[in-house]
Formats: sequence, structure tokens, C-alpha cells
Amino acid sequence: MYGTGILKGMGVTIRHLVDSFVDDMRFLGQRYYSDSSMNIRQGTEGRGVFTVQYPDEKLPVPEQFRFIPFLLYENNEDGSTTDRCTSCGICAKVCPPQCIWIERSSDPDTGRPIPEPTNFYIDIDICMNCGYCAEYCPFDAIKMDHDYELASYDRTEAHIFDKARLDKPVEYYASIRPNDYLAEETARAEELAKKAAKKEAAAARKAAAAAKKAAAEDN
Amino acid sequence: MSDKDSLDNMPVNEVASDSLVARFDGEVRSDTREGYEGYIVDANMLPEVASVLRDDLGYDYLSSVTGVDYIDDNHIEVVYHADQTTGGKGINLKVQLDRENPIVPTLVPIYPGADFQEREVFDMYGVKFDGHPNLRRILMWDGFHGYPLRKDWKEAYYEEDIKPFDSRWPGGGVKRSEADNPYGKNVNYPPGFDINNWTPETDDSLYESLEKTNSNGKSLHTDSIVVNIGPQHPSTHGVFRMVVALDGETITDLQPVMGYLHRNHEKIGERNTFLQNMPYTDRLDYLCSMSNNLGYALAVEQLMGADVPERAQYIRVLMAELTRISNHMWAIGFLLNDLGAFQTPALYAIRARELILDVFEATAGSRMMCNYMRFGGLARDFPDTLRGEDTVKFITDLVDNTLPKAIDELDHFLTANEIVRSRCIGVGVLPPDKAIAYSTGGPLLRASGVSYDLRTADPYSIYDRFDFNICTRSNGDVYDRYLVRVDEMRESTRICQQVMRDIPAEGEIFSGKPQYSVKVPAGESYGRVENPKGELGYYVVSTGKANPYRYHVRAPSFVNLTVLGELCKGHKVADAVVILGSIDIVLGEVDR
Repeated sequence: MYGTGILKGMGVTIRHLVDSFVDDMRFLGQRYYSDSSMNIRQGTEGRGVFTVQYPDEKLPVPEQFRFIPFLLYENNEDGSTTDRCTSCGICAKVCPPQCIWIERSSDPDTGRPIPEPTNFYIDIDICMNCGYCAEYCPFDAIKMDHDYELASYDRTEAHIFDKARLDKPVEYYASIRPNDYLAEETARAEELAKKAAKKEAAAARKAAAAAKKAAAEDN
Repeated sequence: MSDKDSLDNMPVNEVASDSLVARFDGEVRSDTREGYEGYIVDANMLPEVASVLRDDLGYDYLSSVTGVDYIDDNHIEVVYHADQTTGGKGINLKVQLDRENPIVPTLVPIYPGADFQEREVFDMYGVKFDGHPNLRRILMWDGFHGYPLRKDWKEAYYEEDIKPFDSRWPGGGVKRSEADNPYGKNVNYPPGFDINNWTPETDDSLYESLEKTNSNGKSLHTDSIVVNIGPQHPSTHGVFRMVVALDGETITDLQPVMGYLHRNHEKIGERNTFLQNMPYTDRLDYLCSMSNNLGYALAVEQLMGADVPERAQYIRVLMAELTRISNHMWAIGFLLNDLGAFQTPALYAIRARELILDVFEATAGSRMMCNYMRFGGLARDFPDTLRGEDTVKFITDLVDNTLPKAIDELDHFLTANEIVRSRCIGVGVLPPDKAIAYSTGGPLLRASGVSYDLRTADPYSIYDRFDFNICTRSNGDVYDRYLVRVDEMRESTRICQQVMRDIPAEGEIFSGKPQYSVKVPAGESYGRVENPKGELGYYVVSTGKANPYRYHVRAPSFVNLTVLGELCKGHKVADAVVILGSIDIVLGEVDR
């Protein structure tokens, strides 16, 4: 019969409309106005209205979300800070659009390079958010950020981020990527423990050898 | 029977080599360079060899045509890849031409699908295809000076031949390219060019080349007119232009004009290191970045001989199939937009796609620019949780319930709809022989009844382990292409369900130690995958250095457009919009 296809289609549209209200009742009070509301509204169970009223509400980004790199520094107990970056240049070499510029420090007296950057620039207009710098950094010194609201009125100088703009404390990193941070810290602690154990073993071997030698000399 | 069996079991290339080399003694030689395979053919013999290849050996499908500039040997090589639609490994032919005056006979009469690809090689390398019916630039504009993919050509903001650039470390010295090379000063004029007496090239020759018919006394006299649809037009899915010759409301000829989004992707790829190309592949067909990644990873892994761990293989297939579903959702949604059903069907389709993008975002870090595959595995494993749920549970739920339901709903919503049926059935019919001849791929080819899908024709990754059907339809019109897409989504959910059932719960996702600079032995490789839109191929040539010597993308959207003009002839203007929608193109990939 002519027209049944169109009626069926309208049925689907109406069901979508009704589903919103059904879900509102089913998850009473949980579908809006809270951080976890998206888990229901955009979860696999959710039906009906799906949209996020940005900027009034924001979709929480997953931990792996990546947007524009930043540099990590550690807060020391005496109030000073230490950069994790050693200016080894791997991020600048692996960067596909070549948007990272690093100035390596050098000792004013000897002229020899010092493992820390004098300055560090990222042109965020060129950055393609691939995440390679963070992935291949051997010192966990550069990581991808979660902050995606970077619009500005000037597209020239304001979009070249320097070190002051890129620097963020390790605590911030731990807050946006808790699992990654934990895994890295555990790996680092293990590495240190292994190194210490190796050192101890070497020292013990040395002592044993010395004792043996002394014993041999005694004989 | 046993004779046929032994012939079937014989590697296809051997059969071909026996006949080809024997039949064209001296004119066809095996390519003996290290890491290369295939045959080198004398230029003047090419049409004859191609006829034998197509008619006697069954290589009826010309997959790719491209060029390589071997500047040190002073020749340009044109590389042809041909396949059998019955399946099996492909074969490649090469013609070596003089760099100063490269001329080769065209293959358009034998393989009409070579049309646009030969024009691209002409555009990029200056190779003249003798006898080509319409040898004009295709991606660059007519007045463009130079051949952008030749090794001695330099782009507007040229810095160095290869990355990484020396200026980035340890000296620093940040600057914007425009500061060094301001707009207007970054152009390279040919010798003797006088900008004051220059008149811009017009499209007159293009308009005149269109086939026009006037109503000849049978009815009212109407003038034949030329209409430009696009480049800025809501129905062209991007910056794309169709030049249409009309007789009244009926299309007598149609020429696609493209290249508005051309960024010389392949030149960028040759400046990049192997690894740096990965995120660039995301930006080809930006709806299918996962499977773009997969194709490129396969091409380079072929050269490296890298192993991929079991778990990574499963995740790769899962991601590629989820990509197929999300792409087809998009394609169907926007086909309905082209039909005039504004946004409602599109948004219902996109709603289901959104959940797939959530999986991509949580796993790869980005919804669309995934950059997820690496040579020898993946960038990272699944996260623990997704939208507050266990990730594995979320994905299992998705592929077991949510997606099948969404596909069923779309089917229920649209398939029987009278307007969809009357606008789509019998429109843009592509017969199977033409579909093969024009090298079309994906749903476009399968809707014409050709059961050719690389996942079974030349299986890659671990597709041989899954139980799924290749979906075909027989009429080859817009409606059948829509139905094939719906069927393919169902098959893809079946593959995903099998992946979630069989995937090892634990395991490595990367073999070896991740390195920012990979070693790739010298040689050539052609890695290809069945992308949602058709065969996506990467032709990569390595010289053993850190950068690919040649990096070519055989883009399915681009090759599928070759047949657009043929499909639209005789239909109305409004149908051209629907036919374009049913081919399903993405301009990031067409223009590269």
C-alpha cells in the first residue's frame, strides 16, 4: 500500500521524541546537571535526546584525549622547580609537522651543552595533535593536554607558545591522567629499585672479591 | 579437474610471468632490482601487454596507476597495478621513460579506470599519455608551472628536503614560515613570465569539451547550457565542482573538477620519515582514519617484515570494522540529505556513530584523527573504563546490541520509504562490466553484482579467521548501493562480535621496542585494505633511508569518481546530486 513506508518513518521519529521523556522518567534526575549524567545520556543504554548543551555543560574527556602538548616540571621541597625536559630533541625530531623548536642551554664558561632547555616553543597552529612527542619522550617530560578551549583573537604571536606558557606542574598531569601517571611512577620506582639492587649486588661482589683477595694474600 | 587445481594453486604471478615473459621476449623483463617485483615493459608494447593481461590472463581490474621519479637514473617510472576480480595477488607492470620527454601510450581504451589516474600522473610528473582522450591537469589548475612530485620541484614554503629540519634543535630560533617567505613572494614564475600582461586561464576549453545535444526539431528548441554545481555547494560534500552540460533539465555530459583541497600529500609524505606519515594518513579520508592507518601500517610492515602480536591484530580488525560501520552510517545519512530529507535521518545515523567515536577517543585519544596504528602493532591498549563502564563491556554491548539495533532502525526507517525508493531505484545504473572496467571499488562495485572485496580476495591482517559474507546486489543503482551499505554494516557487526569473543584477554600490543626512527629496508611495497569506500592502496618505495622515496595513495574516492560522468548522463540535475552521494566521496582523499 502506498504511504506505509512514510508512516513507518514517522513512527520512528515519534519514538525518538517519546524515548527522551521515557528515559527522563527512567533515570529520574540522573540525565542532566551532573558530571556523570553523560554516562547515562550517551551510554549504550541511553535513548532519546543525546545532545550536550555546550558550553553550559561539557562532555568529560577520556584520559587518553590529546590536545596540544605541555611541559612538566617538578616542585621541589625548597620551593624551587626542576624541569623534566633535558632538551634531548627527540620530540622535535619525531614531530610530523615540525612545530617544536628547542633552544638547548650551554655552560657560559665551557660552552658545553647542559641538559635543560633555555626555551621551548610550540606553534600550536601547526601542531596536529598526533601525540608523538609525548609517546616517544624518554623522560616523560612532555605530555598531551586536555584543555581544548584555546581560541584567541590573534593568530600570529599568541599561537606560538613559549616555555612559560607550556610549563605545568607534575601534579596537574597526575590530575588529568591519573592512570598513566601511576603506571609511569611505578615503572620509574621499579627501575630505580633495580638499579639500586644492581649497585648493591655489584658492591657485594666487590667486597667478596676483595675479601677473597685478602684471604689469598693472607695465605 | 586436477589440472585446474594445480593451476589454481600455483602462485598467480608465476603463471603470469611464464606467459608474459615468454610471449613478449625481450620486451617484458622481470624487475630484478632488490626488493622489487613485477615486470618492466617497453613503452611502445604497453597496450599490447595490457590487452594480453586483461583478456588472456584475467587481470581485468586496473587498481592503480602512479609514477616515480628516479632522478639519479634519469628516468620516470610509471607503475601499474592490476588485479583479477576473482581474487588473488595482484601484478605490477612498470614502464621506464626518459625524464626529459616522458611519453607512454594511454591505457584508457583497455582500462577506462586509468583515466583520472593517468591525468594525475601527467599533472604531477609531466608524463604524456599518448592518445588519452582528455589529458588535462586534474589536481592543479591549468596555468600551473612545474610538476609537483618531481624530485627537483620545491613547494612554496620549502625548508629542507627531508625532516627532521635542522633548525628545530638545538638552536631553536622559532619563526613563522610567512615571516621568511611572505605571501606573494612564495611563488615561482616560469622564465619569461610577465605578470602585468598575464590573463588568467579560462575554463572555455573545458566547457567546449563537453558533449552537448540540442533537441533537434522534435520538440521545442532549447539551448544547451553549461551549469557549474560547486565548488561551493551544499550537495557536493566538500569543495568539489561538477561542470554539467544540460539539455533542458537532462544532463548530456558531466565533468568533475577537483583539487581545491590539494595539499600535495604525497610530497609531504616523501619529506616525512616513515613514522611521521601515520598521522597524515588520518587526514586523507577523515571519516575512516583507523583503516587508513591500517593500510599504511601494512605497506610499511611488508617492507620491514615486522610481526604484529595476536591481540593487536584483533584490535586492528575491530577498529577497521567499527570504522566501516561509522562510515556507512555517515554515507547513508548524507545520502538522505541529498534526497532532501534534511538532517533527521542523518542525525539518527550519526547518533549511533557517536558511540563508535567514543571508543576511538578513549582508546586512541582522538575521535577522528586517531593515529593509532604503529609498524608492528598499536599505540596503546584499551583503557580500563569508558563512560563509567568497563571498556570491554562497553564495546561488547555496543556491537551486540546498540549497533545492530541502530542499523535495524535505519533499515526500518528508510528502506521501504516510497520517496527513497522512487528517487533511488533505477537511478545511476552501473552495469558490472563497466564497474570493473572503470576500476570502481567498495559498495559501488559490489552493488553491481561483482563480488570483489579485498578482505577475501587478497586477505590481509587476520580476516581469514572470521566468518562473514561479501554483500552484493545485482541492479547497480543508487538504491542497491544503499542496501549494500546496510548489509555491510550488519556483516561488520558480526565480525566485531567475533573479535570480542575471540580476542585474547591479555597480551602484547606491540612487537619489539617502540622507536621514533624505524629502519625500513630498500624496496617497494603495495599495501592495501578494503576501506569502506573501496580499495585503499599505499605504494611505498624505500631506499633504506629514514624517509620514503615514494609514497603514493591509491584513493578509492578519487578513482570512483572516474565513472561519475558516465553514471549521470541522461539523468536530471537533482539525480546527479544523489548519484554523487551514492558514490560516497571524501574530498580529503580525492584531492590529497
